[in-house]
Amino acid sequence: MLVEAGHFALALALGLSLIQFAVPLWGTRTNDPVLMGVAAPTALAVLACVGFAFGALTLAYANSDFSVLNVIQNSHSTKPFIYKITGVWGNHEGSMLLWVLILALFGGIVAVAKNAVPPRLRANTLAVQASITVAFLGFLLATSNPFTRVFPAPLEGQDLNPVLQDPGLAIHPPLLYIGYVGFSISFAFAMAALIDGRIDAVWARAVRPWTLGAWVFLTLGIAMGSYWAYYELGWGGWWFWDPVENASLMPWLAGTALLHSTVVMERRDALKVWTVLLAILTFSLSLLGTFLVRSGVLTSVHSFAVDPARGVVILGILIVFIGGSLALFAWRAPLLQQGGLFAPVSREGALVMNNLLLATGCSTVFIGTLYPLALEALTGEKISVGAPFFNLTFLPIVIPLLLLVPFGQTLAWKRGDLLGTSQRLLAVLGFAIVATLVLLALTIGGPVAAPLGIGLGIYLVLGSFNEIVTRSWSRGRGFGVAVQRARGLPRSTWGTVLAHAGVGVTVIGIAASAWSIETIATMKIGDRIKAGPYEARLERVVPRTGPNFREDAALMRVTRDGHEVGTVETTKRLYVTRNMPTTEAGILTIGTSQVYASFGDALEDGSIGVRLYYKPLILLIWLGSVIMAFGGAVSLTDRRFRIGAPVKARAPQTTLAPAE
Amino acid sequence: MRRWLAPLLALMLVAGPAFAVQPDEILKDPALERRARDISAGLRCLVCQNQSIDDSDAPLAKDLRVLVRERLKSGDSDRDVRDYVVARYGEFVLLRPVFGLHTLLLWLTPILVLSLGAFGLYTAVRQRPAQAKPLDAAEQAALERLLRERRRQDAV
Repeated sequence: MLVEAGHFALALALGLSLIQFAVPLWGTRTNDPVLMGVAAPTALAVLACVGFAFGALTLAYANSDFSVLNVIQNSHSTKPFIYKITGVWGNHEGSMLLWVLILALFGGIVAVAKNAVPPRLRANTLAVQASITVAFLGFLLATSNPFTRVFPAPLEGQDLNPVLQDPGLAIHPPLLYIGYVGFSISFAFAMAALIDGRIDAVWARAVRPWTLGAWVFLTLGIAMGSYWAYYELGWGGWWFWDPVENASLMPWLAGTALLHSTVVMERRDALKVWTVLLAILTFSLSLLGTFLVRSGVLTSVHSFAVDPARGVVILGILIVFIGGSLALFAWRAPLLQQGGLFAPVSREGALVMNNLLLATGCSTVFIGTLYPLALEALTGEKISVGAPFFNLTFLPIVIPLLLLVPFGQTLAWKRGDLLGTSQRLLAVLGFAIVATLVLLALTIGGPVAAPLGIGLGIYLVLGSFNEIVTRSWSRGRGFGVAVQRARGLPRSTWGTVLAHAGVGVTVIGIAASAWSIETIATMKIGDRIKAGPYEARLERVVPRTGPNFREDAALMRVTRDGHEVGTVETTKRLYVTRNMPTTEAGILTIGTSQVYASFGDALEDGSIGVRLYYKPLILLIWLGSVIMAFGGAVSLTDRRFRIGAPVKARAPQTTLAPAE
Repeated sequence: MRRWLAPLLALMLVAGPAFAVQPDEILKDPALERRARDISAGLRCLVCQNQSIDDSDAPLAKDLRVLVRERLKSGDSDRDVRDYVVARYGEFVLLRPVFGLHTLLLWLTPILVLSLGAFGLYTAVRQRPAQAKPLDAAEQAALERLLRERRRQDAV
């Protein structure tokens, strides 16, 4: 009964979204505040309906209600309870429902955040957002109904795909979707601006927290997915330039550019048209990501959806929204007034360079991901575009961008001074160069990329904090004064510094992976193998039984120079219901480095295949990403963005009379 | 959810050990093995989703790895090995596509976007100061003439 109610709630939400789309738009056209006022309550009603539907499906999973097709296909009565819940979005229908839920949630937040958004902008924004809700609810109801019943109900379900039964994968999709869908708000704001033909610093200030929030979640989502791939897939890689990874990287790159261009717009009232275009593109890339993953176009294992009808519908949604928004942009953008002049050498100039390089990087990932599909569709020729292509094309774009970051942070607004900036960065540059040279000398014969990359990372970390130092330290004043000033700096400055330092930390982690060592061997009990400075001895292999799997666990004792450091346990599991094996890597963390063991297969003579890796500083890759996201969150708590925070009364500005 | 299908298929098809590079495949000569790994990382496992033969557990990937090592042992250069594999399996096997007419747009897009963007910025920067450019002699003369006329009219 609850299942049918959930289905009904989705249909109701579709109807309400249509109202949320049409009525407020009519209101802003006719300047009717009552019609505009319809937007917020309907957005909340849509949220309630979708939330109810999601709750109903979750309850069906929790109770293992095998009369629901979706539950049969993705659950099992012996599955651990946490994976019964996360199984809700571990499949196509459920994950699309989660997508819509997050969409409705963002709509609800816009509706409640009264002080953050001017009423007219809010009405238009909610209307545009409702159009997306309509499309995806329609898609869900027409092609991917999660509430389909089966009669007679089977006694047992088919279990969730074992690789999805993992805490990492349980939170990866929600984080990623909050990121993707969060950009729908930036998109809706951009559309609202185009509809009204009006865009200003108020708009930029209103749109920035949403972009920032989405970016924070997307960053965490991508990092989570990468770490999951690292420990779950069992060969120690953490980024594969897989189309599905690229699908999340593209909105991230565009979103990062958007974040920086809104800063210019808010502070200096410049780059308006470009910012609107970026907001459109960022969400378009989020939609494209959804399309790539959900339509099965990649014939990838990521695509739980193998039904081509779904692909066609998502492609239709993609064309309508991207085509429609770009058409609206082409028609209305000339109405938006350009403003804010600045010299090429200035903070704005540096941010423009940031946007240029990020846009180039994003297009590179875009063409590399879609070119093989397009070529095959057009000529039938099949080519592969893999990691070697992206490493060759993407890195030369990213490295100049990273080199630019500390300069951009040090340059003044409007008109900067390159010489003075370089002087202020001299200590940082010098330290990074010395560190690189020392590392090169220490590792002669090793890979050159690692010391160079680590030097770049150090330069980024120090360069970021340099902003705090130059803004708080002055000669002759004491240390106490400097600390006080540093504490008084706006949260958004600290956020920038932390996020950029996080990039540096990630760069160090990536560079150090050139030093990782791999040993492949066949081992019997008592055998020892070495990876870097660590030695592992195979102690025992024991069979065990879990709730819904059986496994063989290999226990290894890890020593360094004869002293024991710890133990790693790697297992080979067989999930009984699906008869699917998985490998659980054994990871021993030492500081930010890891010893990583992966179980191959048991051979007939009792020996087992083992891969042992030493991965120095590897954790910095994800630690840096978390610092980036944390920086974004700190920025979000800046006084300017706090929803409902009292705004300091400004002294009335005396406008200069225009010169005759 | 990344690429478990191919390894799984491999596991289901063959009951034997399933592992990317296996201990028995490794060449004795470390230099040759290093080259084999480098070549393998650039060759696609044909039955997998965007996975190199070096990473893949599929039996076909193993065959290719062994093939690469055999060619290297018989004295082929890296290029010879790649050419040999491409001749047998087609261009699809290369994870880094060749530079040719059919991949022109793929390789040139980064440069095109960067230079178009840079050109756009250059023209934007060039144009902006022009808005505030001082009047040239002819314009100045025209302005003064207009002003004189206006003053004369006012005086009337």
